[in-house]
Amino acid sequence: MTMHEEIIFAGFGGQGVLFGGQLLAYTALAEEKHVTWIPSYGPEMRGGTANCTVVVSDDPIGSPVCRNPSIVITFNNPSLEKYESLIKPGGLLVVNESLIVEPPTRTDIDVVLLPATTLATELGDTKMTNMILLGALLGRRPVVAMETVQAVLLDKLGSRKAHLHELNLAALARGQEIGLAQNTEQAV
Amino acid sequence: MTIELLKGNVALAEAAIRAGVEAYFGYPITPQTELLEHMAKRMPELGRAFVQAESEVAAINMVYGAACTGVRTMTSSSSPGISLMQEGLSYIAGSEVPAVIVDIMRGGPGLGNIQPSQSDYFQVTRSAGHGDYHPIVLAPASVQEAIDLMTEAFDLADKYRHVVYVVADGLLGQMMEPAELPPMQPLRKERAGWALTGSEGREKRIITSLQLNAPDLEAVNLRLQFKLAEIRKREQRSTEMLTENVRLVVVGYGTAGRIAETAVKRAREDGMKVGLFRPITLWPFPERRLSALADQVDAFLVVEMNAGQMLDDVRLAAGGQVPVSFVGRMGGVVPVPEEIYDKIEEIYVKLPVRVR
Amino acid sequence: MVEEKVVYQRPDALCDVPTHYCPGCTHGVAHRLVAEVIDELGVRGRTIGVSPVGCAVFAYQYFDMDGAEAAHGRAPAMATGIKRVMPDHVVFTYQGDGDLAAIGIAEIIHAATRGENITTIFINNAIYGMTGGQMAPTTLPGQRTTSSPSGRDVELTGYPIRMAELLAGMPGAAYVARQSLHSVKEINRAKRAIATAFKAQLAGLGFSMVELLSSCPTNWKLTPPEALAWVEQVMVPYYPLGEYKVTDEVRALTRKQG
Repeated sequence: MTMHEEIIFAGFGGQGVLFGGQLLAYTALAEEKHVTWIPSYGPEMRGGTANCTVVVSDDPIGSPVCRNPSIVITFNNPSLEKYESLIKPGGLLVVNESLIVEPPTRTDIDVVLLPATTLATELGDTKMTNMILLGALLGRRPVVAMETVQAVLLDKLGSRKAHLHELNLAALARGQEIGLAQNTEQAV
Repeated sequence: MTIELLKGNVALAEAAIRAGVEAYFGYPITPQTELLEHMAKRMPELGRAFVQAESEVAAINMVYGAACTGVRTMTSSSSPGISLMQEGLSYIAGSEVPAVIVDIMRGGPGLGNIQPSQSDYFQVTRSAGHGDYHPIVLAPASVQEAIDLMTEAFDLADKYRHVVYVVADGLLGQMMEPAELPPMQPLRKERAGWALTGSEGREKRIITSLQLNAPDLEAVNLRLQFKLAEIRKREQRSTEMLTENVRLVVVGYGTAGRIAETAVKRAREDGMKVGLFRPITLWPFPERRLSALADQVDAFLVVEMNAGQMLDDVRLAAGGQVPVSFVGRMGGVVPVPEEIYDKIEEIYVKLPVRVR
Repeated sequence: MVEEKVVYQRPDALCDVPTHYCPGCTHGVAHRLVAEVIDELGVRGRTIGVSPVGCAVFAYQYFDMDGAEAAHGRAPAMATGIKRVMPDHVVFTYQGDGDLAAIGIAEIIHAATRGENITTIFINNAIYGMTGGQMAPTTLPGQRTTSSPSGRDVELTGYPIRMAELLAGMPGAAYVARQSLHSVKEINRAKRAIATAFKAQLAGLGFSMVELLSSCPTNWKLTPPEALAWVEQVMVPYYPLGEYKVTDEVRALTRKQG
């Protein structure tokens, strides 16, 4: 069976939603997979809704959009409310527990719940929320290898942001650890 | 050369630069602004001309001016801005100078929105300014194809001394996808024999679309029509997938075409004999191949991100031989493969018992 | 034997063809002045003219140099496109009041404010000539035209635009002047202004514009002498003559070269 995942990152502008998706896309390219990344956002530069869809596949990609994604990361409550019901049965939902009102209720999907914003603050920078959530996704479902993500991330940050290397890697690792540890039964 | 993850708008801009565009004139409008921004950075670096014009009206007339000197020149915009450019486009077509226009289409009418759409099909293929002409219109469906067609657009513009559009929608403009850019072409040193370069040592040259005398203007139009007939004969382009021995062919271009591809593959997996036909030139419309397909299949289904504009061209190509159905979304709503699949299935089960 | 001395002849930069201008119209004088200046500067072979929509729509037929015909009002945009890829060439637009001050006012203002290194010759005759005498943005208060048959009512149609004053306010403008073509003395002044405008362009100093008050006997329904008198007596008071913008660089240029 060839790999084909349709992944949505959804949250507020300013939460690093689009970059989280881009990092996954760059990593997929580094692993010579087929990939598309498309953003969807309101006219505001900050604070509005921000979503992106990343399709990663072993085969050439037709549609870069989908009705029923196989994986969704929700960064905030409106995104959880919007996307929970759309995920394909057997799919994966990664939830930023810090910003939700009610936990997800579906039982036919895999769920990872983690307080990503709180964990990021504990690490020292709220901006690490996206790395923690991406780490959790990859811990649960290794669409791409964590080693490749790390290499691509350091390359993208470059020497100008060398001071952020350790923090980003720590955030990815923290998320991955939780993603690996949680199983569906625990999550629901 | 390396494969990079490139955003459609940026890829279009860089491809134009590598194709040797010497002058870019534009006005910011979402969702094409990254193209203008890339040009704002790169063109001055390379010692080429970049002007952020006061309006799309001015931008296209700057393109007209630069085109008169025989250099490769272009502008880019999105639907409402393209409406404003119609005046200049008509003068460019009437004067027969080469120019390339990128239209990253968005939802309309009016101010509409900034979401992806294909609602400019009529505007770019039929009404790109007053007078009797069609521009050449190229419609990529991926970032790589956008790069390839951008290069080709300049070659076609030069070859036919005509307006060439590269049209995509906001989704393709904003999408990042792995693609490979071509090497940088050297700028041309020689200018064409019709170009305005100063009359030193030769007879003066004039570039105008004005012919007050009716028979003279008719002669201009006859020449233009002859040229368009040649383009129609030589430049029809399309691609297809799984169109051998099928009953239903789905027809879609650009983003709608690649979304339809996913729906067609799923329908095949479910045992339906369905194929995909994707026009690459919207004008000239690839009518020859589609007409040939009309002889072999039982129905066409057109998919567009509009109310059904290319639908007219598919009907003309089908020539009444097969029924033509339509599925589409408007106003910036992007159709998902599932709704195209549902329509395929709906039509497929109703196909008549094969008589051919 | 009496030595013959040529005192008057067609400038090289003008073609030997009849023009379509009406008897008594000063477009011909303006063309001649531009052609003389281009000849005297020796730049005919590297000059590109951009013609307007209006009475001067065929200017490209009369100037013996490369020329293009712009859409109505867009000559400054077109000239921008030409100049940006041919910076060593001399590029000028020749525009009337409808073209420059109505439909093309955005293009001229932005060309000026960008300091686009082009020269604009602006013919202000206070009327739309080619379409048969309608009100122009420069039509004077009370002036009768076919679209202001009772005379221009400023309550309804606003006031005439003073373009030289307006463009002089643009930081990118290097030289802006208004002269008139109603007498030999003024024609000579006009020529000097046109020469300064082209010299400013050749020196790369930025945008230059010369507004020329011109007569339109046909549409004003006056004889040619009456029309010239009308320019002097009615137009000049509303549109004062003179240099409205002369940057220090331009002034230095004219002083040095005389």
